[in-house]
Amino acid sequence: MTYLPKPKVRHPSLPRNALGLTRRDYEGALSTLCAGCGHDSITAALTEAIWGLSLEPQNVAKLSGIGCSSKTTAYFVSGGHGFNSVHGRMPSIAMGANAANRNLSYIGVSGDGDTLSIGLGQFCHAIRRNLNMLYLIENNGVYGLTKGQFSASADIGTKAKKGEVNQQPPIDPVLLAMNLGASFVARSFSGDKAQLVPLLQAGLRHRGFALIDVLSPCVTFNDHEGSTKSYAYTREHYEPAVNADFVPFEREIVANYAEGERFPVVMHDGSRILLRKFAKDYDPTDRVAASAYVQDRLRQGEFLTGLLYIDESQKEFHELNGTPEAPLNGLSLPALSPGSKGLEKILSRYR
Amino acid sequence: MPAVPAQDRVNDFVVKIATVNGTGSASANTLLMKAIFRSGIPVMGKNYFPSNIQGLPTWYEIRVTKDAHVARSGRVDIMVAMNAETYNKDVREVGTGGWLIYDSTWPRPALFTREDITVIGVPLAKLCNENFNGVRTRILMKNICYAGVLAALLDLDLARMRELLAETYAKKPQLVDSNMKAIQLGYDYARTHFTCPLPLRCTPMDKTAGHILIDGNTAAGLGAVFAGATVGAWYPITPSTSVMDAFRSFCEKWRVDPATGRKNFAFIQAEDELAAIGMVLGASWNGARAFTATSGPGISLMSEFFGLAYYAEIPAVIFDVQRVGPSTGMPTRTQQCDFLICAYASHGDTKHVCLYPANPEECFYFAVAAFDLAERLQTPVMVLSDLDIGMNDWMCRDLKWDDAWQPDRGKVLPLEEIVKLEKFHRFLDKDDDGIPYRTLPGVHPKAAYFTRGSGHNQYGAYTEDSTEYQIVVDRLVRKFHTARSLVPRPVFGMASTRTDVGIVAAGSSDGAVREALDVLRGMGVNADYMRVRAFPFNDEVDRFLESHALIFVVEQNRDAQLRSLLTLETPVEKAKLRSLLHYSGLPISSSFIIEGVLAEVAPKPLRSVGLAHAGTP
Repeated sequence: MTYLPKPKVRHPSLPRNALGLTRRDYEGALSTLCAGCGHDSITAALTEAIWGLSLEPQNVAKLSGIGCSSKTTAYFVSGGHGFNSVHGRMPSIAMGANAANRNLSYIGVSGDGDTLSIGLGQFCHAIRRNLNMLYLIENNGVYGLTKGQFSASADIGTKAKKGEVNQQPPIDPVLLAMNLGASFVARSFSGDKAQLVPLLQAGLRHRGFALIDVLSPCVTFNDHEGSTKSYAYTREHYEPAVNADFVPFEREIVANYAEGERFPVVMHDGSRILLRKFAKDYDPTDRVAASAYVQDRLRQGEFLTGLLYIDESQKEFHELNGTPEAPLNGLSLPALSPGSKGLEKILSRYR
Repeated sequence: MPAVPAQDRVNDFVVKIATVNGTGSASANTLLMKAIFRSGIPVMGKNYFPSNIQGLPTWYEIRVTKDAHVARSGRVDIMVAMNAETYNKDVREVGTGGWLIYDSTWPRPALFTREDITVIGVPLAKLCNENFNGVRTRILMKNICYAGVLAALLDLDLARMRELLAETYAKKPQLVDSNMKAIQLGYDYARTHFTCPLPLRCTPMDKTAGHILIDGNTAAGLGAVFAGATVGAWYPITPSTSVMDAFRSFCEKWRVDPATGRKNFAFIQAEDELAAIGMVLGASWNGARAFTATSGPGISLMSEFFGLAYYAEIPAVIFDVQRVGPSTGMPTRTQQCDFLICAYASHGDTKHVCLYPANPEECFYFAVAAFDLAERLQTPVMVLSDLDIGMNDWMCRDLKWDDAWQPDRGKVLPLEEIVKLEKFHRFLDKDDDGIPYRTLPGVHPKAAYFTRGSGHNQYGAYTEDSTEYQIVVDRLVRKFHTARSLVPRPVFGMASTRTDVGIVAAGSSDGAVREALDVLRGMGVNADYMRVRAFPFNDEVDRFLESHALIFVVEQNRDAQLRSLLTLETPVEKAKLRSLLHYSGLPISSSFIIEGVLAEVAPKPLRSVGLAHAGTP
């Protein structure tokens, strides 16, 4: 590196990653969310995950739409560009940004309102394109900034703070993504950092669209009795199906796969995810079976968590498009223009 | 045979061809038009087609114009009536002394209702049924056959037609022979049964050298290639789709690395216009030249993002190929009805740079200029073409390219500048031109900033402070003022004598205005002409408006949108501006403008004008 990040106040014994950076170097602005908001825990997990992967801060692009969740892109990795766009349209911004420079790590942070209502179309189509990005839904079942309306992820029977009971069926992003052919689908809980951090790391290294739906209780509008997205309810009803331990390519793998129910998934860059299954018959590489299992458990009121589906073989946008390894935004004019001689040739068709 | 003798009008007449959509008439019409063009005769072609794949009526108008006019004259001299469904309308449209050609395989008494035109019957279906097999082939060949009839009547060179067919069907040579056979059938029948050529006919000239026949959408797509655009994202919509088709096809030919087969462009079909413009903004934010093409309905949908791009200062290029509105309107008919929405698209105080090309040649150059302006000004730039420019073949001067050209990437800080900075601030007006400096992701952590559509201060931080908010939006006004000196200047056509009468137009109205000015001059009516080519308007626009007492604003919409824009954005006195509004969906004609001007300005005998300027009291 030709520069050193401006030192922040830090304890000399803070651990450093492969770039010599501490966790503090991956922090962002101070959060303005409510004290105790699940989103802040996710921000902390993201900071940890990115630091752990030793990503260059400037190579992280943080994208979001509108809502409480979308604000959080300002709260981590201040050394990376952030883009807080318009409501529900983050996937298209991510698509364009990724088309221009395929070599950055794109992190989209969205919410259940931003993704499942106003942005549902763009979400689906980003999956279809297998856009190479980490897409987080900070899912709390309500619209926070507008004071507590139900979102499209609200469960039937869940009660709003003012007492209204939701009667419309929820849209489950995990099932939707599986059905649409997403190549990486996970669910987690903001209160389970141990599960979330390796999932985030795996999602960042996944080549293609990595969805992590993170249940993230809203302490202000949806943390009361009768809510199915409260801390208490989530702790009671979330069930890890598959835990993922992310092992970067650089680190030697010492685990014994034969032991128990661990098995590795090798990622495109050589990293591995070690999956530990809690349910014996769960196969996170079988889309149909996984989807059926998740649905079955949902019916029983349980949110299955972990890396629920993964397929490393799907081609992402640039592979399908045949674009070069070098980013398009860096191509020089001679590679782009036919020049005056070319124009003369082109015009011969129009004479 | 002519009931009314017509005067000889060599290389100066209009042929209109009425057919059924999806019957292959487009090939016949293009063939005729190109054959005339290749004979060195200036020609205009306009396609009036339905929003339909097959079955609805369609017309093609070919104006043979030795004086190189580019607009409709408003007159039809020869009608080729191939569509029984529109016979009544078509027969009415022929000018006195004109001709009507029809398929006489079936008797058509409806066509013989006029004494003042000559009806020519050619049994096209019969000829083709006798000589070709297969229902589809017979329908297609019937249309090629009328091209043969016209070739005989207008004295077109058959060898040239064969040459054109050979180019079109280079990969299917058998089609050259079958098409030529159909042409010959029509040609021979006409020569045998009628006096050929007609008094209206073609005689080779040498006025098309150094010119091409090209549509504006192709030229715009080509411009995007030359400008170095690498990301094109769009949602299909008539009449803009061929901008993207052209971009893609030129890229497939010129942008694929021969060694690796990799494509130096990304071409993304979006799920809707909202996503299309989002992708453009994402790519532009990330340092690629990116664009989209759309039409009115797409502009409506994209407006949310235009506001973000304006406020967050992200470059973008948008080609708006205007069509008839409101709502779905008439998707395959032309209008200039997006002047206002494009200038002010999105909620809040927003203004956008707009360019108004008048022909395909300008579509090419303005496409290149639009990318430079968008990056220089860090704002969306709309290029407002229309269906007439975009989808019709226009005779234009050869497009030229200067190999020394370099794109203007605007104020993007490179790494070596960033490292020298104490701290980067996104929205400071360091150069006093309203344009701040920007940085690209992936370069340096010190360059990182947060892009947002919410209130921000000049340092790029979130704000809800009144003063901080106003500092930024006031600077945007200065930036828009800077744009006045960067956008294409208006072009003027000043009368040779001093006049208080002015005409203002933009875009595709240009050709009709210029022809009208010629005719009016011949009648002793002099007017100065200003064609505005961009918004914001500059000082020259103000001065022209100020220095004329009566100004006709010619435009192709109902609500006088250009006139509104002029009254809103210049000091002009509203009462001076008279609207000439053409909004039928067909391209504006010169006769429409002539009539409109004459209704207010009485023609004077030429001599009196001359005397007045000779100083006679």
